[in-house]
Amino acid sequence: MSVRIGGGQGFYGDTPAAVESLLDDGVDYLCLEALAELTLAILQKDRQRDETLGYTRDLPRYLAKALPAVAAGRTKLITNAGGINPAAAARAALDTAKQLGVSGLRVATVLGDDLKPRLDELRAAGTMLANAESGAAYDEFPGEPLFAAAYLGARPIVDALSGGADVVITGRVADAALFLGAAAHAHGWGWEDWNRLAAGTLIGHLLECSGQVAGGNYSGEWWTIPHPWDLPYPIAEVDADGSAVITKPNGSGGRVDFDTVRHQLLYEVHDPAAYLAPDVVADFTSASFTDLGDDRVRVEGVRGAPATPTYKALLAYHAGWSGEARAAFSWPDAYEKAKATAALLSKRAEMAGLAVDEWCFEYWGVNALGGPTAPPPDEPPEVVIRAAWRCEDERTAALIGRELIPLTLSAPPAGFTGMGRGGGGRPTELLGIWPTLVDRKLVDANVRVTFEEVG
Amino acid sequence: MARLQLRELCGYRAGDKGDIADVAIFADDEERYEVILREVTAERVKEHFGAMVLGDVDRYEARNVLALNFVLHDALGGGGPRSLRSDSLGKTMGGALVRMEIEVPDALADRRRPRPDVSWADEILDALPQR
Repeated sequence: MSVRIGGGQGFYGDTPAAVESLLDDGVDYLCLEALAELTLAILQKDRQRDETLGYTRDLPRYLAKALPAVAAGRTKLITNAGGINPAAAARAALDTAKQLGVSGLRVATVLGDDLKPRLDELRAAGTMLANAESGAAYDEFPGEPLFAAAYLGARPIVDALSGGADVVITGRVADAALFLGAAAHAHGWGWEDWNRLAAGTLIGHLLECSGQVAGGNYSGEWWTIPHPWDLPYPIAEVDADGSAVITKPNGSGGRVDFDTVRHQLLYEVHDPAAYLAPDVVADFTSASFTDLGDDRVRVEGVRGAPATPTYKALLAYHAGWSGEARAAFSWPDAYEKAKATAALLSKRAEMAGLAVDEWCFEYWGVNALGGPTAPPPDEPPEVVIRAAWRCEDERTAALIGRELIPLTLSAPPAGFTGMGRGGGGRPTELLGIWPTLVDRKLVDANVRVTFEEVG
Repeated sequence: MARLQLRELCGYRAGDKGDIADVAIFADDEERYEVILREVTAERVKEHFGAMVLGDVDRYEARNVLALNFVLHDALGGGGPRSLRSDSLGKTMGGALVRMEIEVPDALADRRRPRPDVSWADEILDALPQR
């Protein structure tokens, strides 16, 4: 008997509209994956302003779509929308349920991913918090950590579901673990059943980016994807042995075939033979895929190895302020005019005594995205210069954008035009991120699941 | 032998983890996989991206899906929330990689991947109120 798991969200900012067709098609579990490294940074800025924030604020919109089906016993909802404040997300969920008049719901909250209050304790216990990417020791950490979140696995989700939860809200649970939690609970998988845990992780990885497995962000013949303006989100039919069929709601647009599935398989993966998840090390190269036609792809044979003794964790630090401005230039000599204006902007900032720690100049229409891989331009018909800068303080970052405005009439190159709302925006706070590894036993000791009822 | 851009042989997808860009390419068939396996080395990819990628490039094989996966270190201007780049998440770096030209046997050189037909988009756009 297979269990049907839907991937109803791929990031904070995704559309709740696709949830409806998943529920109509029928899913036993609806997983809403809301987080990314960048998202944690956005949520941190929210929480700095207001301590009751720090979760993805579109959660109530998702719940409005899904809770009637949950209350009717048709599905269970699992989400990491709790971000860096799962307790606040759970309160918002309970409020939303009350406003909708939904009753008889059991809401579980997974706590314990927040390591910020425990950093000294972790270091005393031998978790040194070195930067896993650069190798830098924690002594070099710039300033104070703004947040510190461990990537938890599927176990607390299974605990929540075993405790009768209809809705499970977590903080930084690893994306794929949301889906693994659903499958492991439904089929009663053991925590040393490495092949099945690896299969559940791979299936979760395929579903965690919503439309990306169903024809979204697809480099094949993307223009032939049916109804791309209404892309369906994916469903996995997972068998007890860990094999599964990846598909999508019947009668919807989009496409699920071998090519769309393999595109997602390697998305944001380092070594595909050793995908390090909290619950298992999954070998994505061991999977075999069979395109069954009719938007159904079978995946089986996934092998796994024991999980590592550590969890990934992400810390963040304040890294200054940025601003940006854009201006467009027409033919002839558009590229040269753009470069000259970039130089003028930097000179004007210097003359005004505005200190810039880093500049970034991009020439749109020439090589803004391709960088050195783009061929040298002939003569582009138009070029947009995008200038971005990093400063130590917010005020300086704001003032630099103003130095571009007088150039509308004073720049030597003719053909300068403002770029709509592109210039003079408010500065953005930059956050540096510090990935690290922490002893899983130390983290697990504080992980707990709480339950609340909506009467 | 002939020279051909990777775009004619493979699909691509890219994303980020911290200051690392992950770029995968997917060969259209076994024959083309053998060619990219031989030609698209980590060294060539590092050279292709030039100053865009400051760190090392690692290459991984996933033969089950006829893919190569490249891990580009120190490649995103400091990572998503810190980077000044427009593409701070490296999403466009797959396209940048398949611009690379490689040597292919003549037998593979004739076939080009189809170019987009977006006449459906033209129809939608033409029906809109625009001046």
